[in-house]
Amino acid sequence: MFISIENVFFSYDSVEDGKPVKNAVDGVSLTVEQGEFVAVIGHNGCGKSTLAKHLNAMLLPDSGKVYVDGDDTADENKTWDIRGKVGLVLQNPDNQLVASIVEEDVAFGPENLGVPPKEIRERVDNALKAVGMYEYRMHAPYKLSGGQKQRVAIAGILAIQPQCIVLDEPTAMLDPSGREEVMSTLVRLNKELGITVVLITHYMDEAVRAGRVVVMDSGRVLTQGTPGEVFSQVELLKKHRLDVPQAAELAFRLKGCGVDIEHIPLDEEECAKMLLEVMK
Amino acid sequence: MVRDVAFGQYFPGKSLMHRLDPRAKLICFIAFVVLIFFTFNYAALGLVAAFTVFMISMSGVSPKFYFKSLKVILFVVLITSVLNLFYGSGDPIWQWWILRVTWNGIHRAVFVTVRIICLILASSCLTFTTSPTELTDAMERLMKPLSKIHFPVHEIAMMMSLALRFVPTLLEETDKIMQAQKARGADLESGGFFKRVKALIPILIPLFVSAFRRAYDIATAMECRCYRGGSGRTRMKILRMRAKDILSMITTAALIGGVIVCNIFLTSVI
Amino acid sequence: MSHILELKNLSFVYGQGTPFEKKAVDDLSATIEKGEFIGIIGHTGSGKSTLVQMLNGLMKPTGGQVLLDGRDIWSEPKKIREIRFRVGMVFQYPEYQLFEDTVYKDIAFGAKNKGLEGDALDKAVRKAAEFTGLKAELLDKSPFDLSGGEKRRAAIAGVMAMEPEVLILDEPTAGLDPMGREILLSQIVNYHRERGITVLLVSHSMEDIARVADRIMVMSHGSLHDFDKTKNVFAKGDELSRIGLKVPQITRIMQLLRESGADVPDGVLTVDEALEVLSSLLKKEGKLW
Repeated sequence: MFISIENVFFSYDSVEDGKPVKNAVDGVSLTVEQGEFVAVIGHNGCGKSTLAKHLNAMLLPDSGKVYVDGDDTADENKTWDIRGKVGLVLQNPDNQLVASIVEEDVAFGPENLGVPPKEIRERVDNALKAVGMYEYRMHAPYKLSGGQKQRVAIAGILAIQPQCIVLDEPTAMLDPSGREEVMSTLVRLNKELGITVVLITHYMDEAVRAGRVVVMDSGRVLTQGTPGEVFSQVELLKKHRLDVPQAAELAFRLKGCGVDIEHIPLDEEECAKMLLEVMK
Repeated sequence: MVRDVAFGQYFPGKSLMHRLDPRAKLICFIAFVVLIFFTFNYAALGLVAAFTVFMISMSGVSPKFYFKSLKVILFVVLITSVLNLFYGSGDPIWQWWILRVTWNGIHRAVFVTVRIICLILASSCLTFTTSPTELTDAMERLMKPLSKIHFPVHEIAMMMSLALRFVPTLLEETDKIMQAQKARGADLESGGFFKRVKALIPILIPLFVSAFRRAYDIATAMECRCYRGGSGRTRMKILRMRAKDILSMITTAALIGGVIVCNIFLTSVI
Repeated sequence: MSHILELKNLSFVYGQGTPFEKKAVDDLSATIEKGEFIGIIGHTGSGKSTLVQMLNGLMKPTGGQVLLDGRDIWSEPKKIREIRFRVGMVFQYPEYQLFEDTVYKDIAFGAKNKGLEGDALDKAVRKAAEFTGLKAELLDKSPFDLSGGEKRRAAIAGVMAMEPEVLILDEPTAGLDPMGREILLSQIVNYHRERGITVLLVSHSMEDIARVADRIMVMSHGSLHDFDKTKNVFAKGDELSRIGLKVPQITRIMQLLRESGADVPDGVLTVDEALEVLSSLLKKEGKLW
């Protein structure tokens, strides 16, 4: 296993009196395997972003351990190794592009790692091609659309050549087409390059595309499993006021009316097929 | 709109000016700016102006943008040249009330106008053809010897390039905040000086708050990308002085020589 | 009903007379009735933002007119500020506009500019805070100490407190989590119902629009592609997808069923509605009792 989170607790200090407030992460244990696509969903303030920052040693647990590829994130000698293995993409695409030209921005990571110039060039070109932004390499970041900016940010992380990318609500500030650009990029990176993806999001339609969904609430893991397993627990999700795809909700409620439904569908095609089956 | 300002923008391209080593460009630029203010007769001024036109034509950027950058400071040029017009010494050739125009005044006005225009055009030419990263990179490398005496060269260069990167973003943000406050009835256009200054508060406070939040975010993002100061960093683009860079510096040196010769052999007009 | 807003051949061209000329809104005409809840959809760059900023005089149309209650809002350019109190505008991510030292003062900013004072001002502020679900004890806090969701509410309350006749909201729920989105949306619906004013909601979320809007303006390339009852707009799923827009998932499911020959109506907008349709259908066929 690639990342192992063992019984992690974490709390921020209060702004007012400097004392720790209620735990943001309240006893989480979780593992991520190499090559997986994991989506973590939950409300704002459920601890998912805090947890994300634990994965590349930006935050260290108050108690418990996080291991990345066998290394303890609390080991200061390993900090930079870990950040080279686990890249973190943040929510606001504007605030993570540091250079005035796209390709120079993507080069920033490998430059920090002391990679030789010729290799940086290769890495930058490959990373930009992988996210489909190679044609824009000479553009100024502020002129790009939100989705394009976020893809450049992903390329900036890819150029570090991490084994795993963690994305903290990368689509929250994007419009639907920008969201789709980012999502299809992530799916492709995961499938074609075998990069492990941990996607923090509150969009259920994005979580549906992951291999495994982890639902967090109040700093804890509420439930986890394949999208099918998780979203068929419509009642539990509704109780915690989480979104459910309309397809799943419809099926669930029909089932409640006494219609014989085995599998809860997740998308429209599946749902329509299931309904036709029922009506036949 | 604030965003329309051309001055300080970068236009990617492949012209001769674009391909010069930024260090060579920076050295030539500094020498040229100093030189502009050491022109004392029309021959020298003509040389400087001709060289400016030459640089512009080598930049591959449409003259339209140079005009645009001039437009911004047109007012300053006008004021200073008019002031100079009336502040000359010597015999008046025209007088009305306390305003008197002398030949010296006319020369001064011409010189100040041409000098400012050349200055703006030259700096536009530099920023149009050199990306901010290249520019700060050149500065960092030229000042490298200073880091021996613990002068924070890398830190300053990094701060500058971040500042340049975020200028357009912050301008856009200012625009947005202004619109939002106007939508709440903020009156930014009328009233006396103090009223106008007060009216800026609803714009400046959100701007500062957001700049700080951004700074925090950027720091996090940089750390996530393994940034840990200047030591051990490499660069993607290696700067190498080539023949054309040496040639550009020789040309600039020749220009300096020409201006010096003009100044020695011709009489000053101002 | 009477027209509150009338848009007559409205156009806006950026950089008019320069080589960068770009038509953002092109010869758009529409009429909006008093008390309507209008949804505005269209993808980024379709001219939505420019359109709504012309409705309260933040941008001056380069052609055409905006009539508010029958009067051209630019008939007296000096008085354009007054239009902004009558047509309230909440921008995307409005929390960046907060600047006062207390939430109360910030909500009062616009209302004060409008000229409200004393009891009337106090009432307007407290009522607006109530509409957005801000607790009274938060009013004395600094807006910068609020949570993200609370900041959003405070900013929206700041526009509501001006007691506008038309309220425009540009993606008010962007970036909120599902629960936050749902609560804010129902507060807006509530506000609309109680005050009886006209609301224009710009949103990318078709599910949200389907739930709340009476009529929908569909923007595409600066023109009004469609302006019709919500049901009718979403019944034309193919047409929408051609201009890069989707219909709500539930509408799509029902559309797929229809295409496969099932006897279900067009333009089903909510899960409740679909459930009703399907269960009566199943009952009829004897599959459900």
